[in-house]
Amino acid sequence: MAPKMGIQLTTDVLVLGGGPAGAWAAWRAASKGARVVLADKGFLGSSGATAPGGTTLLVIPPVAELREDAVQSRLNAGGYLSENAWIHRVLDEVETYLEKVGEWGYPFPKDDKGNPLRTHLHGPEYMKQMRRAVRQAGVRILDQSPALELLHDGNGVGGARGVNRLTGQEWEVRSNAVVLATGGCAFLSNGLGCNVLTGEGLLMAAETGAELSGMEFSRQYAPSAAFGSVTRGRMLAWSTLYDQEGRVIGRGDRAFGSLQQHLLKGPVYASINLADTDEKRRFLRHAHPIFFMPLERAGIDPFRDKFPLTLRYEGTMRGTGGLRLTGNDCRTSVPGLYAAGDAASREKVTGAISGGGAYNASWAICSGNWAGEGAAEYALSQSGDAGKRDLTPAGRYGLVQHSDADRLMDVPQIISAVQREVFPLSINFFRSETVIRASLDRLHGLVPFLHDSVSDDHRHRVRAREAAGMVATARWMYSAALARKESRGLHAFAEYPQLDPRQTHRLLVSGVDRIHIRAEKVPHASELTREEGMVL
Amino acid sequence: MIELVSVERCIGCSICVKVCPTNVFDMQDGQLVIARQEDCQTCFMCEAYCPVDALYVAPYADRSVEVSEEALLHQGMLGSWRAEIGWTTGSETTMAARDTTPFFEQFTKTQRPKES
Repeated sequence: MAPKMGIQLTTDVLVLGGGPAGAWAAWRAASKGARVVLADKGFLGSSGATAPGGTTLLVIPPVAELREDAVQSRLNAGGYLSENAWIHRVLDEVETYLEKVGEWGYPFPKDDKGNPLRTHLHGPEYMKQMRRAVRQAGVRILDQSPALELLHDGNGVGGARGVNRLTGQEWEVRSNAVVLATGGCAFLSNGLGCNVLTGEGLLMAAETGAELSGMEFSRQYAPSAAFGSVTRGRMLAWSTLYDQEGRVIGRGDRAFGSLQQHLLKGPVYASINLADTDEKRRFLRHAHPIFFMPLERAGIDPFRDKFPLTLRYEGTMRGTGGLRLTGNDCRTSVPGLYAAGDAASREKVTGAISGGGAYNASWAICSGNWAGEGAAEYALSQSGDAGKRDLTPAGRYGLVQHSDADRLMDVPQIISAVQREVFPLSINFFRSETVIRASLDRLHGLVPFLHDSVSDDHRHRVRAREAAGMVATARWMYSAALARKESRGLHAFAEYPQLDPRQTHRLLVSGVDRIHIRAEKVPHASELTREEGMVL
Repeated sequence: MIELVSVERCIGCSICVKVCPTNVFDMQDGQLVIARQEDCQTCFMCEAYCPVDALYVAPYADRSVEVSEEALLHQGMLGSWRAEIGWTTGSETTMAARDTTPFFEQFTKTQRPKES
């Protein structure tokens, strides 16, 4: 029995994804006078990496030297792949949007002079307010409505279709512009709020021809309690680390660059025992309640007891790769398709290193606004509405319904096979050319399975697309990695431990069956060469 | 992972069904059921949104554990996350208003014990 068609709509802008970037994009597009529909796989308010925890923001006071310092140090740390002008844009604008969040009722704490400190947002409150703001702007929200594929014609993208997870009914929204804000891909690694980030958004875009950039910068893992989901590296600044025998192996370092090595050898334990007074403990408890609550529920006093740590893989979410942006309005290389937040490459502001919480959070807000405005302007400038276009579905992988293929797609098997390639520190963190090449070959071997048949069951359909998204994302990551024969930022090869100034470019990947790679120039490359020259 | 729906407390409003980012819950004949526990991502959002504190998410992300509703009630765990966020009716303050994160770096710089 074929699934029933539920909602069919024509609108100006369709936003896919209901995290901060999607919410801001929808709000902005609606504020510009566009009709807007936002579809989220889960629920605008609870979905995504931000909602369950919180997010620190990149905010720097409007003092020219402070900002210039931040921009220059990022340029250097990010391997000269960032763009100063884009960081300035973020710094200039993010405060305006945060003021809005305050006006909407978010209770920012104040300094002793009574000035609001807008540098951190608790996720549940922030995203509840964003939902309210988006609704009040007149956006139609489709919750529990994962998109499965984009619609397109010769003029570019024109909407999307998907299913409602609660009713099983299909939905289709036609729109002259689509904002992709589906997040990064974290490969179901059980990091807080991240299991909705499975890469099918990137796949949908790639199926329409969109290019991705920076996929090789994807070597980021985050510490969490071994049994838990909450990844908060910050608390390590107040922790002592121990090995299995109880020997101290580190103290008070929030980055713990050696954690990966130690975990290869055996279990690592942490205790936040550098917080040695009630005042300090109270301070930390109030800074990150989401970190402490699960430990307390497990009967652990994290300030005194030792608890085991693990590293959860963060994929392209805290990596920096995503859809390539080709203009200030966050357009992609496909007409009508815009990208925001972690679905977009963040190299323009982070370069080759992780955007961590702060850069990525401010980026989500700003890129959401830019993409929302860009999409609205584009959609409203088209001569006819999308309902009149001769659009066809663009999806090709993990979608084969009612086919003759007698093999039903074994989704859990495919997902495990991808995870076996991207989770292990020995493959993905301690990268070597030979190991990554062998891994990529195994990943390529999964592609034929993406043409197995998919049942009518809507959950199987969604999972099949997620599996296809993960296979595609992993292959882009490792294909790009092999094209960067050096170590820079979040990419490192044992064979090429040094940064190579001649590779100060971005790597663009496209295609799914066959992956194409090309280099793109970056504006500040010559500054690196100059500095290197001075060192030499 | 989600471990408990208190049958006594649940009013069948299905807010959690709508809110869960990974589609773990179903309504069956007017009753809420944990239909796909293995898909739970341990994000605690269902607890935060449950208006009657009928849900409990255990802190273990990769495995299911036995829980006793009576013990959880006794320990004040049912609804404790919603209360901490400040979403329980009558809450006087919120987690966001108590936030000390803006001072975190400064506090760490000045207050953390130096290496001996």
